[in-house]
Amino acid sequence: MSDRITARFNALKAEKRAAFVTFITAGDPDPDTSTKLLARLPKAGADIIELGMPFTDPMADGPAIQEASLRALKAGANMHKTLEMVADFRKSDTDTPIILMGYFNPIMAFGVEAFVEKASSSGVDGLIVVDLPPEEDAELRVPAAKAGISIIRLATPTTDDARLPRVLDGASGFLYYVSVAGVTGTSSAQDSDIEAAVTRIHAASDLPVAVGFGIKSPKDVGRIGQLADAAVVGSAIVAQIKANLDETGQARPGLVDAVSAFVHTLAEGTRG
Amino acid sequence: MTTAGAENGATKPNSFRTGPDDQGHFGKYGGRYVAETLMPLILSVEKAWHEAREDQKFLDELDDLLEHYVGRPSPLYFAERLTEHLGGAKIYMKRDELNHTGAHKINHAIGQVLLAKRMGKTRIIAETGAGQHGVATATVAARFGLPCTVFMGAKDMERQKPNVFRMRLLGADVRPCHSGSATLKDAMNEALRDWVANVDDTFYVIGTVAGPHPYPEMVRAFQSVIGREARAQIMEREGRLPDSLVACIGGGSNALGLFHAFLDDPDVAAYAVEAAGKGIETGEHAAAIAGGTPGVLHGNKTYLLQDDDGQIIEAHSISAGLDYPGIGPEHAWLADMGRVNYVSATDHEALEAFQLCARLEGILPALEPSHALAQVIRMAPELPKDHLIIMNMCGRGDKDIFTIADILGVDL
Repeated sequence: MSDRITARFNALKAEKRAAFVTFITAGDPDPDTSTKLLARLPKAGADIIELGMPFTDPMADGPAIQEASLRALKAGANMHKTLEMVADFRKSDTDTPIILMGYFNPIMAFGVEAFVEKASSSGVDGLIVVDLPPEEDAELRVPAAKAGISIIRLATPTTDDARLPRVLDGASGFLYYVSVAGVTGTSSAQDSDIEAAVTRIHAASDLPVAVGFGIKSPKDVGRIGQLADAAVVGSAIVAQIKANLDETGQARPGLVDAVSAFVHTLAEGTRG
Repeated sequence: MTTAGAENGATKPNSFRTGPDDQGHFGKYGGRYVAETLMPLILSVEKAWHEAREDQKFLDELDDLLEHYVGRPSPLYFAERLTEHLGGAKIYMKRDELNHTGAHKINHAIGQVLLAKRMGKTRIIAETGAGQHGVATATVAARFGLPCTVFMGAKDMERQKPNVFRMRLLGADVRPCHSGSATLKDAMNEALRDWVANVDDTFYVIGTVAGPHPYPEMVRAFQSVIGREARAQIMEREGRLPDSLVACIGGGSNALGLFHAFLDDPDVAAYAVEAAGKGIETGEHAAAIAGGTPGVLHGNKTYLLQDDDGQIIEAHSISAGLDYPGIGPEHAWLADMGRVNYVSATDHEALEAFQLCARLEGILPALEPSHALAQVIRMAPELPKDHLIIMNMCGRGDKDIFTIADILGVDL
């Protein structure tokens, strides 16, 4: 398990607040803008960063993150550049955990062993691979564990009591509770349902629980922060990137400032 | 022969018909690469399917529908004039284009909708490329009174207008997919997105021997009726097994349907014909085995058209039904094992084959099996007259007349 993830959750526990987790796609809308934005996220209030690995066919994502992936690819993103972005980020930030999030095919194409090695040396702390359920993740989980990289498992509203032990067996870092049965950036769950799910997971595991899907506003972040150990915002941030593109799809000069400001307002939710 | 080492492709297994293993793997291919939200559902589909296939009542209902609703068995037809014209091997066609709805897709649509009903699901979704699977699914959904949503690439909707209209007449909600290449792979992405959001009431009827386990095995089971019939029919007609089987392959449902009953007969050669589009060398093709590498997409590990970074490359074929950058995982394994020969035919060769078949046999083949015909036309003249070929005529060409008119410069 990654030291940085543990250290961050321990520190926040001492502060008695939940972690605020942000998602952006690596290379969206272009390599330079994305690198600058990534560097700004901790100052804007991100406690943990999820960085999307672009993929042509993100079948668990809604339109916002699909478009982000395609924008990044169009601007030349690839796995090498994603890992370089992380290495670059680590030059100025050695504390903020970075979780790479995406689909298995680009990892497989890179070569699992080579990927894990490069991810580790670049300063990656965890991996969320959406289409790699526990039944299939050994080929990545085993080498990742050796390199000190956590495989973050996902639990969902369909993860019943019979399924939960399978999800927890081999989980590390934290557990990501996908609060909605659906794709990213669509609907939101009821607080009572989230609370029940988090309680159930806490009873079965010592891992911190992060809740994502449908969290869009500072108020949402604040509420979820009361219910869980971390609140994740993805599509809403990615939508701010899109809102700061010109007619030709290029980043407007103020994009990094505007998106950072939005992230800052969200972060205030956990610091209420 | 030995089973040892078969998993890594080193040696051939005792049987080619026993896969997948209980985790859904054919050698290193297959598996269940889906979002966690879908896992419990996928596991329940597997459980329900394994119970259903042991349940005589389920099998009887399936057989009854195949006989009286679909019109099975489909004939095994001796293509006398094509055989004479090519001057070599004796060519038989397995006439699955005579099935209700005009293609083999109805075989697995009925099976899956019966399973959906058995599981208490009340809504059907499907993806479609050429529209044949969509039409078949919409048909069976109508027959059982279930609402049906079909996802279809916007580009495919344009080139397969008659099938879009047919699905709508059957009461289906046909939803265009504009993302990516706006073809079959994007329709499958959208269907998976819909399914993940509607896990409680929805059954996803997958249109080929691909997707997460148990779909490759289940669709194969429903399609292998083609090969079982063909085997009995050729024994009756010729008193012996065929020498060669030929079928086109996109995802590979009709090919596996024909081949599966013969996989353990080492003297029966099998040829699966991928769509070479404008030519493998141009990069504009849909031949996952000839031009792809192993990867993970749409729930399974298999050969995919992809770049060095693992990004999926858009496939190209004149035939919407073959226009997919992957292939069923069992085919990936059979290719590695060398049991099936994976060859290809270009758009141009398929068109020529279409026209020849129309004029010589009075059959308008779909553009998909026209690829298989192109392989028959290539190999038959070189073979002796007592060489028996069974080609799978898996779909009829009525749906393609607009595409073909367009290419031939005819204004309808």
